[in-house]
Amino acid sequence: MFFSFMLLFSRQGKLRLQKWYVPLSDKEKKKITRELVQTVLARKPKMCSFLEWRDLKIVYKRYASLYFCCAIEDQDNELITLEIIHRYVELLDKYFGSVCELDIIFNFEKAYFILDEFLLGGEAQETSKKNVLKAIEQADLLQEEKILKVYIN
Amino acid sequence: MPAPIRLRELIRTIRTARTQAEEREMIQKECAAIRSSFREEDNTYRCRNVAKLLYMHMLGYPAHFGQLECLKLIASQKFTDKRIGYLGAMLLLDERQDVHLLMTNCIKNDLNHSTQYVQGLALCTLGCMGSSEMCRDLAGEVEKLLKTSNSYLRKKAALCAVHVIRKVPELMEMFLPATKNLLSEKNHGVLHTSVVLLTEMCERSPDMLAHFRKLVPQLVRILKNLIMSGYSPEHDVSGISDPFLQVRILRLLRILGKSDDDSSEAMNDILAQVATNTETSKNVGNAILYETVLTIMDIKSESGLRVLAINILGRFLLNNDKNIRYVALTSLLKTVQTDHNAVQRHRSTIVDCLKDLDVSIKRRAMELSFALVNGNNIRGMMKELLYFLDSCDPEFKADCASGVFLAAEKYAPSKRWHIDTIMRVLTTAGSYVRDDSVPNLIQLITNSVEMHAYTVQRLYKALLDDISQQPLVQVASWCIGEYGDLLVSGQCEEEEPIQDEVLDVLEGLLVSNLSTPVTRGYALTAIMKLSTRFSSVNRIKKVVSIYGSSIDVELQQRAVEYNALFKKYDHMRANPNPNIAVITIHASNSTEADMTDFVFQAAVPKTFQLQLLSPSSNVVPALNQGTVTQVIRVLNPQKQQLRMRIKLTYTLKGSAVQDLAEVNNFPPQSWQ
Repeated sequence: MFFSFMLLFSRQGKLRLQKWYVPLSDKEKKKITRELVQTVLARKPKMCSFLEWRDLKIVYKRYASLYFCCAIEDQDNELITLEIIHRYVELLDKYFGSVCELDIIFNFEKAYFILDEFLLGGEAQETSKKNVLKAIEQADLLQEEKILKVYIN
Repeated sequence: MPAPIRLRELIRTIRTARTQAEEREMIQKECAAIRSSFREEDNTYRCRNVAKLLYMHMLGYPAHFGQLECLKLIASQKFTDKRIGYLGAMLLLDERQDVHLLMTNCIKNDLNHSTQYVQGLALCTLGCMGSSEMCRDLAGEVEKLLKTSNSYLRKKAALCAVHVIRKVPELMEMFLPATKNLLSEKNHGVLHTSVVLLTEMCERSPDMLAHFRKLVPQLVRILKNLIMSGYSPEHDVSGISDPFLQVRILRLLRILGKSDDDSSEAMNDILAQVATNTETSKNVGNAILYETVLTIMDIKSESGLRVLAINILGRFLLNNDKNIRYVALTSLLKTVQTDHNAVQRHRSTIVDCLKDLDVSIKRRAMELSFALVNGNNIRGMMKELLYFLDSCDPEFKADCASGVFLAAEKYAPSKRWHIDTIMRVLTTAGSYVRDDSVPNLIQLITNSVEMHAYTVQRLYKALLDDISQQPLVQVASWCIGEYGDLLVSGQCEEEEPIQDEVLDVLEGLLVSNLSTPVTRGYALTAIMKLSTRFSSVNRIKKVVSIYGSSIDVELQQRAVEYNALFKKYDHMRANPNPNIAVITIHASNSTEADMTDFVFQAAVPKTFQLQLLSPSSNVVPALNQGTVTQVIRVLNPQKQQLRMRIKLTYTLKGSAVQDLAEVNNFPPQSWQ
């Protein structure tokens, strides 16, 4: 499913992560974020996880104090999108060990790295939880090295 | 120079700020420090500073001065630097600014790096935000990596290729050779991204679509393996093996099978298999079923399979999970035209969804309900829809009202039902009715000649209750103006108003704060028209002349023109069509029993023409308890003496009775 963007925000509307897969100006991103966050926060618990907003299909789910909210295309499958969101949450959970909002706040760059090993260009690149986590682990180890060995192929 | 504070330290500090102003001050201080650090070209802490900048950017503060620093980080040989650098590029750089092009060379180098995680970073960044120029420059590198045996890189290259194709569709051809054996991969990551790539290519090019049709058997096989294979812990989600891959394959099959008999046939069995065997207790199973249904409906599947699909949707409608109900309604809406009868079977469940709490579900249920209305179910459906109209949120009322009008126009079982339905809409949702409904309704009422009396009476009554709903008021005003004679002539079943009462109501509209200028226009025109139907001409003249000096230009103009009619054309007033006589008959019954099936017929000499409007009833109550009235219009162009032969037929105490008579004593005023 092609994600146009993915936003993570708290119940107070504070942004914790924003990943954009379409080119928009900073101003446009801010406007979309502000309005969409307001719209989603106004939804009641009994409402479903999907809504049409402007001409986008929005899928969102709340996990503890964080809302995971993304925009997909018209022909995309909303139900599998919920599974994709859930997979990302599981990855964060496994990586941080019982993840909570504070983990995402203080380690936001790691949250991005994990997302970038799971999705690429708005589509899922790896469907095995194990493989995503393995790649992150290896990359983290690589950070320990002083200088990378470089030879051009 | 002390070392710049660490990222987590900064985050902690900023979170202690108690006000927005305090936070801004902290941010500004830190930004100043970061700026000077950047100016000093400090390599050691550049990564830390950019990371902090990215945090502050997420809080909403400007960070553009860090853009070039990101580029420097990307060029560094430390993995940490590259990681943050690429992240920064994706967050801060904008493809519309030229500075992003400076990345191109770095990315090119990193795509050829010896460390796959560096290559991965480059592929990710290119696939996320690569501009058209960058894609053009680097497509060749991506294509190379698409052919590598390293599955970690191959899967990323596939999605990167998807992005390149989206940005520069002409480059699609160059990836064709590399797709040759993509589906032979065992690695699920590569399989998944390959299917995405193939989907993208097929969607964009009919030639590619034709070319890739031959992959259908292979895709079917892969899907079959996923379903039949035992438990695979690596890809298992609630007992289902790699649902993500299953869904993508189903979608690709949909595209390949559409409009192609052979392909559709080749996938028929597997679709039936997935449709019947998938576990439905969790969302993941339903996600696959949903995709399967979409595919079945889009390809040339046999009717049995289609019915199976609609029934799955029908079951979805009964699911407790509102998300499932939502997608069911969405899908049914798509198929209701092509598989109308199958969807009809689920009509009552759909109608139940009108009472759902979720706004999106309600809306879809409403649209679907309107799509399912036909001549057979109109009465029952309209009851539900009118009930919905009464109780729904304002955002639905306009669309619902329009839908009701359309459905009523197409399938009304009787004129009276039609008028009643319109009345119901106008009185319950009158202020939400679209502006263009007013002239349409007036047209409809005009054409229902036998309903004029009934309609004007009901509209008049509605006005007595409520004058706030403008479309209702406008239609009512027009009707009173046009059929006011019927309103006061004893045509009505109940107590009829007298002329002055009617004029009171219309004048009330003119002065009310609730009336819009358009409504006032209608009211004034109606009053004017009544000057030819009512006898209180002087009163009307007075009202009209008052508005000759109204502030509202539209009203003023009308009043002035109407005034002119009074002055210059008054001689035409007496009888607008001097050749038509309007006669009202009143039938009463003094016997002990009711006269049922009462029919009044009349015949006139050849030079006359007769028009009988509908009687108020077919039952004349016994013992003078009520009368039946009926209006006769007689056209008498030659102004001859009016004579009439009348025939009464009715049933009294079980026997049919017929009465004939001649009437020759019409007063001269009626025909002279």
